[in-house]
Amino acid sequence: MIPLEGQVRIPSGCAVSAMISRDGRRMNGESIIKSMVPMHDRSNGLGGGFAAYGIYPEYKEFYALHIFFNNKSAQAECMTLLKEYFEIVQDEHIKVRKIPQITDEPIIRRVFVSPMQSVLRHLQIDEKELVVRVVNQINADPTGSYVFSCGKNMGAFKAVGFPEDVGRYYRLEEYEAYSWTAHGRYPTNTPGWWGGAHPFCMLDYSIVHNGEISSYDANRRFIEMYGYKCTLQTDTEVITYIADYLLRRQGLTLDEMAAVIAAPFWSTIEGKPEADKEKYTYLRTVFPSLLVTGPFSIILGFDGGLMALNDRLKLRSMVVGEQDDMVYIASEEAAIRVMAPDIRNIWSPAGGEPVIVRVKEGAF
Amino acid sequence: MNFYPEFEVVRNDSRCIRCRVCERQCANEVHWFDEDGKVMLSDESKCVNCQRCVTLCPTRALKIVKSDCRLRENANYSDQTIKEIYRQAETGGVLLSSMGNPNPLPVYWDKILINASQVTNPPIDPLREPMETRVFLGKKPDHITRNADGSLDTKLAPQLSLSMPVMFSAMSYGSISYNAHASLARAATALGIYYNTGEGGLHEDFYQYGKNTIVQVASGRFGVHKDYLEAGAAIEIKMGQGAKPGIGGHLPGTKAVGDVSKTRMIPEGSDAISPAPHHDIYSIEDLRQLVYSLKEATEYRLPVIVKVAAVHNIAAIASGIARSGADIIAIDGFRGGTGAAPTRIRDNVGIPIELALAAVDKRLRDEGIRNNVSIICGGSVRSAADVVKAIALGADACYIATAACLAMGCHLCRSCHTGKCNWGIATQRPDLVKRLNPDIGSQRLINLMDAWRHEIKELMGGMGINSIEALRGNRLMLRGVGLTEKELEILGISHAGE
Ligand code: SF4
Ligand code: SF4
Repeated sequence: MIPLEGQVRIPSGCAVSAMISRDGRRMNGESIIKSMVPMHDRSNGLGGGFAAYGIYPEYKEFYALHIFFNNKSAQAECMTLLKEYFEIVQDEHIKVRKIPQITDEPIIRRVFVSPMQSVLRHLQIDEKELVVRVVNQINADPTGSYVFSCGKNMGAFKAVGFPEDVGRYYRLEEYEAYSWTAHGRYPTNTPGWWGGAHPFCMLDYSIVHNGEISSYDANRRFIEMYGYKCTLQTDTEVITYIADYLLRRQGLTLDEMAAVIAAPFWSTIEGKPEADKEKYTYLRTVFPSLLVTGPFSIILGFDGGLMALNDRLKLRSMVVGEQDDMVYIASEEAAIRVMAPDIRNIWSPAGGEPVIVRVKEGAF
Repeated sequence: MNFYPEFEVVRNDSRCIRCRVCERQCANEVHWFDEDGKVMLSDESKCVNCQRCVTLCPTRALKIVKSDCRLRENANYSDQTIKEIYRQAETGGVLLSSMGNPNPLPVYWDKILINASQVTNPPIDPLREPMETRVFLGKKPDHITRNADGSLDTKLAPQLSLSMPVMFSAMSYGSISYNAHASLARAATALGIYYNTGEGGLHEDFYQYGKNTIVQVASGRFGVHKDYLEAGAAIEIKMGQGAKPGIGGHLPGTKAVGDVSKTRMIPEGSDAISPAPHHDIYSIEDLRQLVYSLKEATEYRLPVIVKVAAVHNIAAIASGIARSGADIIAIDGFRGGTGAAPTRIRDNVGIPIELALAAVDKRLRDEGIRNNVSIICGGSVRSAADVVKAIALGADACYIATAACLAMGCHLCRSCHTGKCNWGIATQRPDLVKRLNPDIGSQRLINLMDAWRHEIKELMGGMGINSIEALRGNRLMLRGVGLTEKELEILGISHAGE
């Protein structure tokens, strides 16, 4: 029997793409879907997905849970659990377009929830922590129910299939987002499980990633000390938890996080001005186990922006393009040229050098 | 009772030129020149097979071979077992041994294999790309803090910075010679790593290497005073040693001569016997007090290491130490070396370092306190591959001592306790000590570490890892061969093929 995702570690190659409007203009999913077409060969049909920010303005106070249920009884069980901790504001189908390329679909629901104040008071934790805990509890056994997105005013859409098919399946042309990320997966061995597709999300963080990290177990065993459980055994999952740990729990800035996971070489640090030297030495000394090695290019989406980062040797391709208020990021330049045919300003960021894009204050 | 000797000296008389080098070189007085017959003769009963004469004989006329005259074979009562009984029946004494446990017990390092990248992930070429081996040992904070202006508050608990994750383990001045200490101290300084004084104090000549010295405080407190504590870069409390868990040290009076006695602050010629326990530590809370007294005495400038022998309950013990205020735990496995230990203890007490290390790293992670302490793994780390396996199991760094002695010329004859080391290492006899030239000794140590560093980098590069941090605890990079389910479970690794 071929083992399920999470029972075995599956390396995969991939394609990533992203677009964001710094003015906070909302754009439908047409363009991002098309950007994946020229990179078709970087995926093998075993996983595709998208994350979109700013899509639920009328529900932006609530956590939007996107959930796969294997069957009705798993759904009932999961909803009972959710009701112990949250008010259910809305519970609906995620609309899909049936197409022959996408098969074996689970029940796919969108549930807007609001944490119960009494529960927060009782557990003495903040609402983000509550969401993380409940989602981890549900996902600990992903064979029944699987929450694949749980942020506010954002959502992930993913399935087994080629990314461009997945985009059409989820009717992404009907959603309007100021920031889109996309992912096509090339796993070397998997039975193809919907939850295993990317992006991988935690609260409003979403990660799409291309690469296979060699530091995986060092990172996993460190992060699992802090209550995370890497049930899927994928790089993307562990990188998402690292981002959540460093940004939300430790309060690092994006730049500081980049200096942890793609730390500058000691020889580079030596040559920096005194204050930087101290800062980088400190970060490498305090978080050595969160250094990520091996090839990766990741795009981290978050509320109000995104960050792209390559491993410090730049072992995976990643290019960035800029035009007016738009910034585009992709594994290949061809993908950017689809989104912005007459773009001029395209460059390839150095390994370990984060590209951080933020939407103008108050624009969404 | 008289036995046929264990070794035979085989001399090819047609090659021997009667230069008498062997006679002069052998502190055990095996060889002599027979004036009447004009031949070299030998008393093989004194030979320890240290290979000194073999190495220095200019005509390669000598070899030492294992004697084939044995007692009648018996799988239960081996030749050695029987002879030890005869010896004890004769003397009524405890048997003494030196260096690590030589018995054929499992060496887990040899049953663990390392991964390499193919296709999905590129190997990295250490000749073309930077490959980092720097390690910091010490407590890491749970939470970062910021200054008023929002910048990171970069103050940290004291850390040891190592250019590579290997250090020279404790060997006291007394158990080994002045020149051996000088070699270790100079090499550690040149390499940007550390050596360890052991429990014999620090010779005044070596204070200049303080930046690369770990000063040890053991149960006998020999040589411990304020200047000594302040001279080093870290203080190590020795609770136990892998070769002899549960007992203290013993330096025979014959070795406590001259500067050794001065450095230890004991009378010349007196046996230096350190007690089994620290008499101020009968429990974990007492350890905490000693940790903090030493920190107070040195104004919290230095990290404190607690060294323990790997014993059955090591995971729980390490967890206690991690909460005692110690910055670093050194675990010493049962194959670790010694200058002298009761044979029965050396050969039967303690557990393998590989299992101890894996258990400790796992326990500290399960309890969420792995960041409180760094882990040093010692007790028979023999090569760069062992180092890589130890780091991947969860160690921050390794201690080596036997390998360091070998680099200085030791031939592992296991007779350090006699004080007559022909290689100038485990001896205090001036004529023998001067055989070890510290210029050469330190250079050979540097060469060995350089070679290991290259090998570590190559192994890391093969795995697609370009910094030692990403290897630490990365057990996915290891696979077992020929191990049971239970062994794999304790090591936290999968079997090859899985
Ligand atoms: S050292 Fe060699 S050549 Fe010289 S006396 Fe001894 S056996 Fe003969
Ligand atoms: S140090 Fe000297 S006495 Fe001890 S084993 Fe090595 S060669 Fe023999």
